[in-house]
This record gives sequence, C-alpha cells and structure tokens, in this order.
Amino acid sequence: MDTESVLFQAFIFLLAAVIGVPVAKRLGLGSVLGYLIAGIVIGPFALGLVGQDVGDIMHFAEFGVVMMLFLVGLELNPKKLWRMRTPILGLGGLQVVFTGIIISLVAFAFGLNWQGAVAIGMTLALSSTAIVLQTLSEKGLMKTDAGRSSFSVLLFQDIAIIPMLALMPLLATLPFAEPEVQYASSISQLHGWQQTLVVFATIFLIILAGRYLVQPIFNWIARTGLREIFIATSLLLVIAITLAMQWVGLSPALGAFLAGVVLAESEYRHELEVGLDTFKSLLLGLFFITVGASINLEILFNDPKLIVMLLGLLIVIKIAVLFALAKFFKMPILENLIFTFALAQGGEFAFVLFSFAGKNGVLPQDVISTLMVVVALSMALTPLLLIFCEKVLQPKFDHLAEKRDFDEIDDGETPVIVAGYGRFGQIVSRLLRSQGFQTTLLEYDAVQIDLVRKFGTKAFYGDVTNLDLLKAAGAEEAKIVVLSLDNIDKAILVTEMCRKHFPHLKVFARAKGRREAYEIKKAGAFFVMRETLGSALLLGREALVELGFRKFQAQRAAQTFLHYDTKHMDELTDLWGDEKQYILAATEKAELLEAVLRSDIKDRAEMETHAWDSKQRKENEQT
Amino acid sequence: MNNKILINFAHPRFETSIANKMMVSAIQNLEGVTFNDLYEEYPDFLIDIEREQKLLLEHDIIVFQHPLYWYSTPALLKEWQDLVLEAGFAYGNNGYQLENKCWLTAITVGGAYESYTESGYNSYPLEELLKPFEQTANFCGMRYLKPFAVYDVLRISREKMRDAAESYRKHIISLQSHLDLTSGSYS
Repeated sequence: MDTESVLFQAFIFLLAAVIGVPVAKRLGLGSVLGYLIAGIVIGPFALGLVGQDVGDIMHFAEFGVVMMLFLVGLELNPKKLWRMRTPILGLGGLQVVFTGIIISLVAFAFGLNWQGAVAIGMTLALSSTAIVLQTLSEKGLMKTDAGRSSFSVLLFQDIAIIPMLALMPLLATLPFAEPEVQYASSISQLHGWQQTLVVFATIFLIILAGRYLVQPIFNWIARTGLREIFIATSLLLVIAITLAMQWVGLSPALGAFLAGVVLAESEYRHELEVGLDTFKSLLLGLFFITVGASINLEILFNDPKLIVMLLGLLIVIKIAVLFALAKFFKMPILENLIFTFALAQGGEFAFVLFSFAGKNGVLPQDVISTLMVVVALSMALTPLLLIFCEKVLQPKFDHLAEKRDFDEIDDGETPVIVAGYGRFGQIVSRLLRSQGFQTTLLEYDAVQIDLVRKFGTKAFYGDVTNLDLLKAAGAEEAKIVVLSLDNIDKAILVTEMCRKHFPHLKVFARAKGRREAYEIKKAGAFFVMRETLGSALLLGREALVELGFRKFQAQRAAQTFLHYDTKHMDELTDLWGDEKQYILAATEKAELLEAVLRSDIKDRAEMETHAWDSKQRKENEQT
Repeated sequence: MNNKILINFAHPRFETSIANKMMVSAIQNLEGVTFNDLYEEYPDFLIDIEREQKLLLEHDIIVFQHPLYWYSTPALLKEWQDLVLEAGFAYGNNGYQLENKCWLTAITVGGAYESYTESGYNSYPLEELLKPFEQTANFCGMRYLKPFAVYDVLRISREKMRDAAESYRKHIISLQSHLDLTSGSYS
C-alpha cells in the first residue's frame, strides 16, 4: 500500500465516520449503528470506496477491542472483580454452554455434520464485546445491573475463546492447518504441559510487571513532562501485552483486561484512561466501519429468506437463553430485558473462529460466508434491538417491575408531602421537620427507601404519578407538595395532576435547569427552583471571599445575582418556546445583570465618596 | 491597670472606607484588644448570640466602632443590639450581667464639627444625637464613656486622618491602662 492510498483510505474512513455518526446520533440510533451504516455505504457492495483489504483493516481495528478491555479493566480492581465471580462463571458459563448446545443442535438439524455443528454452536454462542460495551456505555447503562451482568457474560466469553481455539483442530476433517497469524501461538510445538506452563508464567509475569515494574516506569516517564511520550508508553504497554498474549496463544483482549485490573489501583490509572481513550474510540469506530463494510450484501440479496431466517433464529435462541438465565438469577424484569437484548448478537470473534474453521475444513466455505453475513447483520441490529427494547418492551413490562407493592401510608395528616426523597428532598424535609412541620415522604427507588430507613427515616414506597397514592399520602389535606423528581416528564405530570385534582395544593418543584423550570412552571407549579442555583451561588460567594472580598460584599453580590437572575427568568417566561427571541432577550438580561453587579461595586463607592462634595451639600452647609 | 477591651466593629462597606481602614489598623493588633468584625463574622446577619454574649462577659470595656448612619448604627450593629442585649442577659431577671462594664462609642461622621451645632445642618451636637446609646448603656448598668468621634472623614486630608487614627490608638491604650473601672476616673 503506498502512502497515497493509505491517506485516501484514511480519508474515506474518517469522512464516513464524520458524516455517519452524527447523523445516527441525531436520529437517536447511537454511534455504533452510525459506524456500521457508514461501513456498509463505503463497503465493496455499495459505493465500493474501500476494497477487499477490509479484512486486514478489521484485524488491525480489533486492537480497539483490546484497548477497550484494558480500559474496562482499569475500572475494576481485583476486589471488585472477585465479587463478580458468580455472574461471570454462573451467568457467563451457563450462557455459553446452553446457547452453544442449542445452536449446535439447530445446525445439526440443518444437515451439517456434528463437527461442523459444534463449531458453529461454539462460535455463535459468543456475543460482541465491542458493540455491547460501546452501546451500553453510550446509554449510560454500564453501571446498572444489566450492564454489569452483560459485562460478566462477555468476560466469560473472552475466557471461553481459549478452549474454543484449542477444540477447533480436534473438529477438523482435513489435516490440521496452522491457525491464522493473528491468534497463532508460537509455542504450539511444545508439549501440552509445557504450553500450560508458559501460559501461566506469562500471566504471572504480566501481573508481576503490572504490580512492580509499571509504576516506576511511569514515574520515570512522567518526570520527563512529555505528554506524548506518556501516551506512547501507555500504547506500548497495551501492545506489549497483546503481543505476549498472542505469543502464548491467549486472547489479547483477556490479557489486556487482566493488565488493566492489575493497574486499577495504580496512581496513573486516570492518565492511562485519558491517554488511551481517544485511540480506543477511534479504533473501535474503525472496527465498526469494517464490520459494516464486510457485510456481504450479495449473499444477503441472493437468498434473503435464508439469511433473515438464520438471523431470526440466532437472535431468538440467544434471547431465549439469556432471558431464562437472567430470570433464573433473579434479575428484575426491566434489567433482564436490557441484558437479554444487549447480548443477542454474534461476536467479532466469530469472524476469526469461522475463518479458522474454514481453513481447517471444519466448515464448508459457503456456510461460513453465509454465517458471517448473519453475524454481521446481528451486530448491526443490536442498537436497533435495544431501542426497540427501551421504547416498546420496557414500557409494557413497567407494571411488572413494581413487584414491591406501594406502601400503606399511615402518617396521619401532614401539611407537606415530599415526593422524591433523594438528596434534595432530604434537605427540604429536614428543614421543615426541624421547624415542627411533619412531612410525608414518598420515594420510588426501593434501594433509597431501605437506605434512609437504616437511618431511622420512614419514607413510603410508591409512584407519585399514581393518583391513588397521592390521595393516600394525604394530598387532599396537605398544603404543599414538594416535587424533587429527576424525571422532568413525571414532574410535569404530577404538577398537572395536582392542579386538576387538588387545586388547593401548592406545588414546590425542583428543576434541573431553566428549560425544566419553565416547563414545570407552565404546568402550574407555585414555586420552581433550579437545583444548582443556590449551591452554585454559595460556592461563588466563597470564591469571592477567597479572592479578597469582604464576606458581606460577597454575600451582597451573590444575593444581587440571585435576585436579578430570578427576576429575569420570570420576565422571560413568556418568551420561552421562541428560541430566537428567547436567546436574544436572555443574552440582553445577562449583560444587564453583569452591568448591575459591576456598578454596585464601582458607582456606589464613587457616589458615596463624592456625596459630600456635591453642590446640594455645600448649599446645605451654608444655611 | 489592664482592662480588657472588645471592639465591636461594624461597617457594611469597609472595603471602600479609607478612614475606617486607618482606624482599624491602628488598634486591630494591640495586645489585650479583641477586634470583632461583625460584618465579616455575620455576612448573612445570622448573629451567634451566645458567642457575642460570651465575648462581652470576657471584656471590661466594650467599644462600638462604626460610621454614623442616619444618626445611628449600621443595620447589623442594630441587629446586634436587639438580639445580644436581650432580657435575662443585659437587663431583666437574671440580667444586668454587663453591670459596671464601660461602653465607648467610636464613630466616624461625614459632616464637619460645625455642622453638629444648633446652627449647623445637623441641628444638634453629637452628644445629643448619641443619647440613645447613652441611655442603652445606662439601662444595662454600664458606664457610658465620652464618645470618640472623627469628623469630616470624607474630606480631610490623609495626614489629618492618620493623626485621627493615631489619637484613636492612644485613646484606646489609655483606656486600657489608666481607666479605673470602679470609679470611672483616670489614674
């Protein structure tokens, strides 16, 4: 490849990403689908801007997956990992085994020999680490139950690749060919026990190096103060691990993950994260594009019925197994749905395993190319499946999720209902209670309720958007309802409900920002407060003091700011909705406010100084 | 004699007042003098009554240093009087705990000395205008000392202001060492 064509390729890939991803994001499809579609468009079967070497680029881009697992590892210290052993082995292990068996049986039913069927079963049991992790973290779901469980399963799959690679030659019907270079092991000529020894020694070395070697090296590099060398060192580290893992025939992703875990407690953790994150994202993007480009549309169009049927089978089997397992492990239904739909696709490793299987004659070439299309399509479908799950399925099962019945509310008559007993609601309620006003506390997060109960506070479980619950909480007798809900739609809904059913009840609502404040106000709230306003002003006040202001001066500045900001917001209420007008007026008001604050400092001081010089005063003095 | 002196200082715009800055730095670091900057201590007007009462009990001479605003104190010092000099402490049952302590009002005024005369635009001498302070002190059983005043602070020269600050310092020192609390006379 000469320079020009490399640059041209880079140009095409980047252009595709730059156009495809923002459009997909705008449409609410997520970046992964954007990359995949961009890949299809520039691929050999559409515009044909990238050629047959897509496979090579994909292998290169798979390094992004390695980096991603390294970064995931950095977030998990050994302790956290150890706590995850049950979901990894239980959920992950059973998923691979059951999905593998069922798919093998189906493949067998399609008339393949048993060796081929087992190879397909193993391969398709895997899901796509890249797609799942990227999509889930983009949706902010990685820290949820579903996210963690998905990760556990993916991690087990990465481990399972090792025995799968070892099994593949045993299934060979042709004389065993050397595996592809990428995952080739240079120690394969050794005896089994020697191989095992080398593998463990390598892992041990990685852990040892991570513990004792990396820290001093990074210390030394950091002292040079050269950021790019620091990043280069980070890259070097991950590449070194990858090479070592390939050398002993283990999954580089797994090795990188391990190294990440070892370094999770290192003080350079955040620098590593920052340094590698961009590379990871770009490589992953490239990887997704190549997956898109490698979807063989010809095969799809030749026999669309077959492909669609296989695709459907794959997804349905995966969903069935995942759903049943999650159910068995008592995952709540809403989490279960996300988990199930997130993992219902074939993985990138299938491309490797399939071509490996093809070379060894485990599977015929036409079966492989067909299945590769199915896997790629299933990957492309994942973001869509998740959207379907979130928008269509979850709302349907919402009522099932309320396994915990709403609490019986036995607070008697209280003048104030506090809906949403998080950090904000707690402060409001504590203030009111300290002044002798009883409050009825409602919260929809069972964990939060149990938490505050430990501290001796009785909050009731229930959804305030439920009219009966509001009634039971005493909305008919109460004077005020304090709404401290994260969900703006719910806040608006409750405000409207209160106005309609309990017109005497005044709604005091917390809002995230101006937009939410306007909308809740419009819905009929009596008083709306932006949640960050007070604390930001207090912090600003202290900053002014640190900058040399007298405390009272800083206090006045903050109060003046609060006064005008609130006033301007009220004045702008009517313009809300007309973006252009609003921005224009808001900018004007902001400038006005700054001018007021400045003049308060300067002009007044001058005025006072000169007050006693004025003509009027002199005349007075003479009389 | 070694009288302990508490200076309760109140100025809402201290940052712009040259006169008060000079006066404050003249006495702020004197030994045996406690400087209590009320606007800095209570920017939100939330006065810690217990702390203030304790400070009063720990000192012999209480100085109220402030600019004269509308013939009275700045708002925070008024708030201070209203809350700290409460019944059961400064007067009433279990009160009169400040008995025999001394009260000194030390003020800066914008007008010249001549304005504080019957013919001047302030119509009354300063001593007359400060009667409410005097009566407050009397009511609490405190000894009211002759006020210390700096006139014309917005127009006098820096040198004159420096002299005024210096005489304020000397005044405080002499109260500290020469005032006999029991008789009220100087030794």
